[in-house]
Amino acid sequence: MSQEKASGRTLREPVQLASGGRLPWRLEYDSSRIRTPWWTPIVSVALALLLCAIFIYANGMSPVTVYSKMFRGAFGTSYGITETLVKAIPLLLCGLGIAVAYRISVWNIGAEGQLTVGAIAATAVTIYFPNLSGFWSILLMLIFGIAAGALWGLFTAIPKTHFGVNELITSLMLNYVALLALDYVTFGPWKDPKGFNMPGSPVFTDAQSLPVLGGTRLHIGLILALVAVVIYYLMIRFTRWGYELRIIGANPTAARYAGIHIKRHIIIVMLISGGLAGLAGMTEVSGVSHKLMQGLSPGYGYTAIIVAWLAKLNPLGLVVTSVMFGGLIVGGFSVQTIGLPSSISEMLQGAILFFLIAGDMVTRFRIRRGA
Amino acid sequence: MDFVTQLLIAAISAGTPLLLATLGGILNERAGIIQLGAEGLMLMGAVTTCVVFLRTGNLGVALLATLGVTALLGLIHAFLSITLRANQTMSGLAMTLFGSGLSAYLGKSISGNPLPSSLPRLDLSFLKPIPVIGDIFGNLDVLTWFSIVLVVVLHLLIHRTSWGLHLRAVGDSPATADVMGVHVRLIRYGYVTVGAMLIGLGGADMVLTVAPTWNEGLTGGRGWIAVGLVIFARWNPVRALLCAYFFGALDSLGFRMQLLGSAIPPYFLKMIPYIVTILVLMYLGYRNRNKPSGTPESLGVPYVREQRF
Repeated sequence: MSQEKASGRTLREPVQLASGGRLPWRLEYDSSRIRTPWWTPIVSVALALLLCAIFIYANGMSPVTVYSKMFRGAFGTSYGITETLVKAIPLLLCGLGIAVAYRISVWNIGAEGQLTVGAIAATAVTIYFPNLSGFWSILLMLIFGIAAGALWGLFTAIPKTHFGVNELITSLMLNYVALLALDYVTFGPWKDPKGFNMPGSPVFTDAQSLPVLGGTRLHIGLILALVAVVIYYLMIRFTRWGYELRIIGANPTAARYAGIHIKRHIIIVMLISGGLAGLAGMTEVSGVSHKLMQGLSPGYGYTAIIVAWLAKLNPLGLVVTSVMFGGLIVGGFSVQTIGLPSSISEMLQGAILFFLIAGDMVTRFRIRRGA
Repeated sequence: MDFVTQLLIAAISAGTPLLLATLGGILNERAGIIQLGAEGLMLMGAVTTCVVFLRTGNLGVALLATLGVTALLGLIHAFLSITLRANQTMSGLAMTLFGSGLSAYLGKSISGNPLPSSLPRLDLSFLKPIPVIGDIFGNLDVLTWFSIVLVVVLHLLIHRTSWGLHLRAVGDSPATADVMGVHVRLIRYGYVTVGAMLIGLGGADMVLTVAPTWNEGLTGGRGWIAVGLVIFARWNPVRALLCAYFFGALDSLGFRMQLLGSAIPPYFLKMIPYIVTILVLMYLGYRNRNKPSGTPESLGVPYVREQRF
């Protein structure tokens, strides 16, 4: 690497595939091609759809019918579009948090757990302070949700910075802990006494619910999320903190020699990441489900990873991809009516991520004539 | 049988899937490739075993199919991380997402159907007169014995043969290995594939012994615990055995305390394995802060021939 940069020319290195150079052409790895062309995400998504079409076909369904039904379910009606946007809100918030962390290669995959504890903490406000006015209860729920998510993020950051523990393992283990805590409160102490013995907290009052936009199911969390996107863009682009993040992301060794506190940045980034996911949990519980219950999130925290990666951590791209994946989740639910499991959208998500990371690298190879 | 013996039996039973997955992870990482897709591979292993076993009624065919499917998935990861030099973390994550989605999709129609039979057991009645050992080892199933034998075989392979020397060289310093004439890419491909097969076998064992029916997401994060166990075991098969059984004991301890009528809610008991994983890794990080941790030195770094370091 260093030599390439010093001499200012590209080192092309031939890659031998299994044929061992007997073919009339060969592949060359061109390490100067760091920027991937704009069309790779589109091709990746198309190939993922194609791969999953094979599984759908093997299940005895027509892939065209299934995909068009998914698309119409998500974007075909005004109800579908509203649902898609409602699902895009937590994806955007979690994806934003993940993008901040991934900028400096902190692989936080714990957004699901951070979202869950955010929802639990917001519900705690409704349980222990049931008679607050609308403004105060919403404000307190926001603070509690964000603080709990940030704390959960801190539990991932401290083991990494001070004990050298891989954040992937910690953040994922904490997801399971958070989900078990959710089970505990919904089956145990917070169970609604009037809920016919179903697990779940009492339904929130109007004072505890987020205001909705124009009589739809779309709530004010959408505006919170968009504000967060703008702040993220401004912070990364125009502040010293954002500049330091970009340096750490580009070259951690150089950043350390330049005197940037990498550990401090990891902690800050995980606090932000967890806080945003906690905010998503709060808006979910207060704006959509209006009570704490199991299955609060259909894997938003995991989908948000792909949302962030597909957007290449770019704030504007995040808005687009979160709406797209919101649509994918809604479309996944809509094909249940023709007897397909909704896990089809999960499968598609994994396939998209596979082709995405492959696409990033494939475009760095070039085909040349001659063995 | 007293409580301790019962706990030991339960620990081996719950620890065997973890052991197989951890051994697979060790092979992967010794060759220098991180495999974070263990959760997805275990789920795919479990669902393949269930579907094929219910379709054909033949356990051997089911296990062969499991090995085939997970080998294919392992090859995908190998292709992405070795040939394309893609980000191994993201590739593993994609494997987990794709595996859990696809397994839920494939297993939807057979969810909850009980399997025709469980694993055949090796009856060693002559051990019965020995007090504790007879109870524990007298009636283990074949996959458990396979995993125990595999620990010995892998220990000898890694530390006592020239193949193992090549494996360790490829994981620690692929450039040196390449200069010495070792085929780095071929060895990495091989171990990533075999490692994925072992992880898938762990999933199969889980569904055959712990829960004899397919349920969506039945591994419950055990693939990720296995990823942590690889570090806990310091990339050593013999230590992997002890660590896996220790976690198996933790796993079954909660269930057993529930049976004994413990006052602690079961949700907190179920949290124990996850929290202990984090605490153990933190302790190891603290203890080894000034020592080499035993990590293969080129772990996660794609090997590019002719690249200067």
